[in-house]
Amino acid sequence: MASVAPAPSTARPAPAGERKGIPGRSGKFNRVDPVFYAFLLPALVLFTIAITVPAITGIVYSFTNSIGFGESEFIGFLNYAVLFSDPAVLSSYGFTLGFSVVTVVLVNLIAFFLALGLTSRIRFRNALRSTFVIPMVVSGIIIAYVFQYLFSNSLPQLGQAISNPVLSQSILANADLAWIGVVLVTAWQAVPSALLIYIAGLLSIPGDVYEAAQIDGASGRQRLWSITLPLVAGYIVINVIVGFKNFINSYDIIVGLTNGGPGTATRSVAMTIFTGFTGGDYAYQMANAAIFFLIAIAIAVLQLRVTRGRAAIR
Amino acid sequence: MSTPTITTVAEPAAQRAPDEKSRRPRRKVGQERTSWGATILLLLAAVTVIVPLYVTVMMSLKTDAQAVDGNAFSLPLPLDFSTFARAWELTDFPRAFGVSVFVSAVAVAGTVILSALASYAIVRNWSHRLFRWSFFYLLAAMFLPFPVVALAQIKMTGTVGLDNPLGVAFLHIMFQMSFSILLFTAFLRSLPEELEESARLDGATTGQTFWRLVFPLLAPMSATVAIFAFLASWNDFMMPSLITSDPALQTLPVVQSLFQDQFTANYNVAFASYLMAMAPAIVVYLFTQRWVLSGVTQGAIK
Repeated sequence: MASVAPAPSTARPAPAGERKGIPGRSGKFNRVDPVFYAFLLPALVLFTIAITVPAITGIVYSFTNSIGFGESEFIGFLNYAVLFSDPAVLSSYGFTLGFSVVTVVLVNLIAFFLALGLTSRIRFRNALRSTFVIPMVVSGIIIAYVFQYLFSNSLPQLGQAISNPVLSQSILANADLAWIGVVLVTAWQAVPSALLIYIAGLLSIPGDVYEAAQIDGASGRQRLWSITLPLVAGYIVINVIVGFKNFINSYDIIVGLTNGGPGTATRSVAMTIFTGFTGGDYAYQMANAAIFFLIAIAIAVLQLRVTRGRAAIR
Repeated sequence: MSTPTITTVAEPAAQRAPDEKSRRPRRKVGQERTSWGATILLLLAAVTVIVPLYVTVMMSLKTDAQAVDGNAFSLPLPLDFSTFARAWELTDFPRAFGVSVFVSAVAVAGTVILSALASYAIVRNWSHRLFRWSFFYLLAAMFLPFPVVALAQIKMTGTVGLDNPLGVAFLHIMFQMSFSILLFTAFLRSLPEELEESARLDGATTGQTFWRLVFPLLAPMSATVAIFAFLASWNDFMMPSLITSDPALQTLPVVQSLFQDQFTANYNVAFASYLMAMAPAIVVYLFTQRWVLSGVTQGAIK
């Protein structure tokens, strides 16, 4: 079973068999082995059923007044028109975009400096790297529950100890501060993947570049600004875009931490869309999802352009 | 390989310059003395990773009386292991664990097999338009947020009777496929085709070549793909909470919400339950770090 049955070598001429057998190499006009279609088809069909069809039906529904079941009729762009003047929707976009920008900046600053540290001459390098990656592998909602306890019990105790009136109460119960909790926990979980990418970027810089700079008498700060940063610029861009793309979808951590509250102060776009199940405005939230999709596409196009650009440079 | 060249270039430079300062750079940057300052800073930073995990363990071992005083950092005295038994019963742990294992196992197997098959077909037929376009089509899901298609998807899974763990696993596969195909295709392009050619000369069909030669060669990449599929599936809250309609068939992360409603006073039991839900993923990570670390970088850079 383990070995491929050897065919008698005289059975057929080798070159012809070879040409026919490896279609990938032999050019456009070669016949594709039908087995390859069978390999590709399951992925293609299931993907279409699971993702493409719902995406299209969703867009169709966004032009109706459906409440999720029963009869519905087409109402044109009415859902979209209402959407742009709905304070609940606008505030969820405001929160989601603002929170994403702050988190992206925070995550990249932390990850970059951690990566600098982890690629310098330090002790316990592997143990430290392993530790820093742990947040990536724990469940977002569960770690949010843990942080929720810390923010609503431990932090206020600290606030009372230093008699700070703002910190003496849970920041999660404060409509002006709750977003900070969301940023911190999201950043806690998002740093590892950005960190690993920065480490790869820093390790790709050849050591003799620094050697040359040192010979020319460049200081540590000059080396950081003039060598390290320009050489990892591509990695920074990738981390910023990938991070932003993930953060605008935030759901698990927010549910575990604030559940969108207090009030709707930390309600993300994803959470607003999901109210379409219960609130009776199924089609309306479909329209919201369609707008959200456009934003996602814009980010995707940006990412493709940037990665293409990097590939060209290399 | 390039090290000898570097030394020969560096040598004359150091000899030419007489002063002390420029002789030192002969040492490569990576070979400098241990930087204890950076080590200490990093150790302090690592504390922020450890604190929530430390709190989880400490809280889970406290008695009811200790748990209500609100001090998360104190050591549990006396140790109370009964919290785990109580959490086990409250969450019906074996059932939730079983559902989580089922969802993750189906998601991992489905992701690896579907993505590997599709990637092989795509890479070996890149010159054909259908396969090339399929690649970009399948990759598109990487940019498609679940919330965008969620409403329609949930309605669909409900209609066809997939509002259960199987439906969740199916969607996990679909959303994991883009990333996995990206990893597999990059790896397949680096495999020499000569191996397959010789297998074919020996009379192997395309199917035999894949299952007996290519798929075993893909093993390291399959490991990376499998671990990421496992972590995504095991830790997910959003999809099971929205797709699965029967609360008795919920996964471990979803079941934890029960401590948010009724048993808020029993923090020790809640944290014991959190720990039991998180531990498997952390254990898997500790044993498979190599593939986790390489997967992140390859996914981002390819």
